Amino acid sequence: MTGTRSDAQLSPAVRKALAEASATQTARVVSTLIRMTGNWDLAEDCVQDAFSRAVTDWSVNGIPPNPGGWLTTVAKNRAVDRLRRSATEASALREVATIQRLEGAASTPDTTDLADDAPIDDDRLSLIFTCCHPALSMEARIALTLRTVAGLTTAEIARAFLVPEATMAKRLVRARAKIRDAAIPYRVPPARLLPSRAAGVFSVIYLLFNEGYSATDSTTLTRDSLAWEAIRLARLIAELLGDLDGASPELAEARGLLALMLFHHSRSASRTDANGDVVTLEDQDRSRWNADLIAEGVVVLRAAGLGARGAARPPGPYQLQAEIARCHATAPDAGSTDFARVARLYEALARVSPSPVIDLNHAVAVAMSQGPEAGLVLLDDLERSGTLDGYYLLPAARADLLRRLGRRTEAHASYQRARELAPSEVERRYLTRRLSETAPAPSPHTKE
Amino acid sequence: MEYLLFICNDPTAPEYVAAEDNIEEWVADVDSRGLRHTGNRLRPASDATTVKVRDGELVVSDGPFAETKDWIAGFDLIECDDLDQAIEIAAKHPMARFGSVEIRPIWEWEG
Repeated sequence: MTGTRSDAQLSPAVRKALAEASATQTARVVSTLIRMTGNWDLAEDCVQDAFSRAVTDWSVNGIPPNPGGWLTTVAKNRAVDRLRRSATEASALREVATIQRLEGAASTPDTTDLADDAPIDDDRLSLIFTCCHPALSMEARIALTLRTVAGLTTAEIARAFLVPEATMAKRLVRARAKIRDAAIPYRVPPARLLPSRAAGVFSVIYLLFNEGYSATDSTTLTRDSLAWEAIRLARLIAELLGDLDGASPELAEARGLLALMLFHHSRSASRTDANGDVVTLEDQDRSRWNADLIAEGVVVLRAAGLGARGAARPPGPYQLQAEIARCHATAPDAGSTDFARVARLYEALARVSPSPVIDLNHAVAVAMSQGPEAGLVLLDDLERSGTLDGYYLLPAARADLLRRLGRRTEAHASYQRARELAPSEVERRYLTRRLSETAPAPSPHTKE
Repeated sequence: MEYLLFICNDPTAPEYVAAEDNIEEWVADVDSRGLRHTGNRLRPASDATTVKVRDGELVVSDGPFAETKDWIAGFDLIECDDLDQAIEIAAKHPMARFGSVEIRPIWEWEG
């Protein structure tokens, strides 16, 4: 959130401090300002102002010991200035109340505007839940979360999603307008809404992560940083939910989501080769997997299981997906992966969130643990059900199992089918390689 | 905050089951909480009349304004704390199951 001034004059120390403050303090400052002013546009402007002031002030007076506190104080003062200047007769009463609240709230938490059933806790949770409210479009939720929680500039967000900055700016303006005009409440949802709203937050974060995860075009650098933002957001929501209730199912799922993304991201360096071609999990160079991320994932996932209120509650979908990812991440090589456990986990996952894609993955795990024939039986069932018609990974999986059984001709035909359905060039190239590997052997009478 | 609920027919919704239509319950609940100003079912589109004035000339025609057709089956004007409460009210309406309910905030005029 460093604005558009020239950064060339900044000392490295100030630049680093600003970047850190932007990444780690924005959510705190913005969420506090919104609670105190009840006005997202005002909060946005004042926090921008505060960061602008920081550029010159920190260069001249040094970096404050508590950057978040400094920014909050400056933003609050700017809010008072702006409110005084804009007060008209009609709105004066409301503004006076706000100004009093801003000026009076030095160290005492403001409890006058809390709803009866809202827990007294971190404003950042209110901010996150409101940004991810189901009444906002998914685009709006992502933009608002990245801007106000992750502290990215409008320009950075626009670049990440390959839209013009003006478009992204408009998207943010409309999102804030909807919050105001439809009266979306600024709070942590009450207990009865928490499970569905938390699921909404997780899906925003996971969508963000997948935007960064799968892109292999020239903007890979930007896409990778989206994955990191998603991981940071998951760490934050897990921390905040943990403060709220150390034993909630939502906390367990938040940790599951974080662990899942950590395991996925640990493999990012080994996922493509020098040509940008796909390297399957089986063939990846495990020495290039990020051991720190895996270690963190293991710890986080263990904490997810421990926090569960009573052993009776089964793990949720993110936890289960994370457990599956952990099986892969902690196996020293592809051959020692506990595929029987992976298959059981997919069965559990299918029970809590049924989907034909999960059934497909289950079939592959069964093949890896019981042999390709067992997997083929399940794949044939899936084929007959028609639920995966047009999905390239079904014929691709069939082809793979047929290849392992030495049934090359059938494998070749299946790879052909898969390539026809493949969604992009990257997958097509991979399947073309498989096609040449399973091509019919040349006739002995071929001309030289 | 005031909201208008458009109670809409929705061809993609599940089949209407008369036994599950608890509209009187819904009205009683919302009224008892003092959240509903007024509301009613609407006669179908076949009873509608559209009025336009173009170049000072009155144009009256049979039937609905094309885009609305049979979709709007009723309305309710509610007043409640915020959108979440409006969502809770709308969700309990039987037509949330057999159709869809649009929540439209009333344009608040600054004093």
